[in-house]
Amino acid sequence: MPLRDWFASRKSNTDKLDASLSNQKISDDELCRLWTLCFQCHEQLPTKDFTQNAKVCPKCDYHFRIGAWERIAQLTGQEEYFQEHGRCESQWFQELFGNLTSADPLGFEDTQAYRSRIEDARKKSKLNEAIVTGEAVLGSHRVALGVMDFSYLGGSMGSVVGEKVTRLIEYALENRLPLVLFSSSGGARMQEGTFSLMQMVKTGAALARLHEAGLLFISVLTEPTFGGVTASYGTLGDIIIAEEGARIGFAGRRVIEQTIRQKLPADFQTAGYLLKYGQLDMVVRRPSLRGTLIELLRLHQPYQTSHIAQNQKITGAKKAPKVKAATS
Amino acid sequence: MSIQPLEFEKPLFAMKDKINELEQMSQSMNVSLEGEIERLKTQADEVQIKLYRTLTPAQRLQIARHPQRPSCLDLIQMLSPDVWFELHGDRCGTDDRAIIGGIMEIEGRPWMVLGTQKGKNMKENLVHNFGMANPEGYRKALRLFQHAEKFNMPILTLIDTPGAYPGMDGEQHGIGQAIAMNIREMARMHVPIISVVMGEASSGGALGIGVANKIYLLEHALYTVISPEGCASILWRSAEYASRAAEALKITSHDLLEFGIIDGVIEEPTGGAHYDPNLCAERVKETVLLGLESVTSLGGSAEWIQQRYDKYRGIGAFCE
Repeated sequence: MPLRDWFASRKSNTDKLDASLSNQKISDDELCRLWTLCFQCHEQLPTKDFTQNAKVCPKCDYHFRIGAWERIAQLTGQEEYFQEHGRCESQWFQELFGNLTSADPLGFEDTQAYRSRIEDARKKSKLNEAIVTGEAVLGSHRVALGVMDFSYLGGSMGSVVGEKVTRLIEYALENRLPLVLFSSSGGARMQEGTFSLMQMVKTGAALARLHEAGLLFISVLTEPTFGGVTASYGTLGDIIIAEEGARIGFAGRRVIEQTIRQKLPADFQTAGYLLKYGQLDMVVRRPSLRGTLIELLRLHQPYQTSHIAQNQKITGAKKAPKVKAATS
Repeated sequence: MSIQPLEFEKPLFAMKDKINELEQMSQSMNVSLEGEIERLKTQADEVQIKLYRTLTPAQRLQIARHPQRPSCLDLIQMLSPDVWFELHGDRCGTDDRAIIGGIMEIEGRPWMVLGTQKGKNMKENLVHNFGMANPEGYRKALRLFQHAEKFNMPILTLIDTPGAYPGMDGEQHGIGQAIAMNIREMARMHVPIISVVMGEASSGGALGIGVANKIYLLEHALYTVISPEGCASILWRSAEYASRAAEALKITSHDLLEFGIIDGVIEEPTGGAHYDPNLCAERVKETVLLGLESVTSLGGSAEWIQQRYDKYRGIGAFCE
């Protein structure tokens, strides 16, 4: 091609490109989505890099809060699928008990009726309740997995959360699976009154059976875990892991400050603080969580029954022999 | 000891004072005011019946928190006047006096009894921390539960607490974990557990000694997920709405019986347990013994544990 022609064709190409670009306007919204502002260090981060880094700020290590499905995607290596679909059901994760929804046993109404709060929460979070439960494959290990989601009414534990956690524990018992629970909760759900409170006992009693059956329970506490969840299944793990950046406690900081009339240290109730006081086994950064869990699962396999990668299919057909929950 | 009237009882107390005054007057001045006194007495009775029949949840809460209400130690004294060995300490350096425990005897049978203790005055309340336990208290309780299990004693827990203590040390020492561990361990205890809520049973602090085969509430006692004041300040953004929260939370003994969350309501003397503590204790004793009987009649420890599991397994309201 003569040089002159080459220049001409180049020019026409750039013109075409400009035209197509100006036709295809990028909306402000989309432009915003390309960048994410870190809440902690105020750095503008390219969303793509940030997402690939498990939503942890590469600059200051701030762990952004993530939802249940995104967590499941990260744990089972399906982030891309999640980005497209907002869920990630596959051979790596099958949801269980997903159809359970809240009732309103007290007919509770404060400044807003509980029923309408539930509707809002469902729309906002696109979830049926504050926890997603199911069977997952982590590495080569089948596990009963539950992940709480703070965006649904502050991850509060009402009847449905209690029931799903209990059913998941019973499922783990029936199938001889280890249990992994990710907590993120403001505590018991006030709008269900004493029903909510009793979920602490229901889940705790089921965990007593899991304990007696010799099955592993790893509890992972994520930002934030408080109240009734801390005082029940959250802290009953054989191993308790906190995600970096999580704040964990029973009573809220403000309540304690008002009670003791003292200012609390800045790091009070952070994961590091609790580690120092012997309340946790370890604090793990999000990008290392999956690997840590897989290693722990491997080390706690019963020596004689190797679970290794039976095609990683969760069909339910390959149930281990049923073992009746020990009750005495 | 004279009863301190609550705010809503004051009109009734004024009437009674008036009657006393008239009686004294008629005696000292030797005039017959009997007609007038009789009329006032019937009126006072009517007012009294109406007053205590239509108590609001907030008024019940006041009765439940009455400073003269029999405490856990009072009740133990009345249930087992001759035998009481308090057992102290968590064996890790602390004796949390918000929870007291020990061995008592009812009708020839030794019981392990545990309870949250509220004081009747400031001095006692400082010792017992207003009935708000720290992790050490729950761990002491667990030690005593295990003792009971080892020696095959039934367990009675008496609950009256505004909740676990929200303090800095408590968080450092794992208040959440201590309660959770007690819940799990109580769920699998090989002995019958009976629980009586005497006043207020608030949040996880109550559950830490509250997992039982049978749960009974005194008539004016309450069992709640959060104190009405706390609920109001979160949901209504002001503690002034506490009485509305008390209503909305449905925490009275009759509500909870209807929901199937508790097993029975123990009727209190008119006006509340503090008007006749002995009568109240007698009724508690009766109920507790009947409760124990119905649990032991199920068979052995496997059945007791199963019954406890089924009881809580069934609590929850949801759609599917």
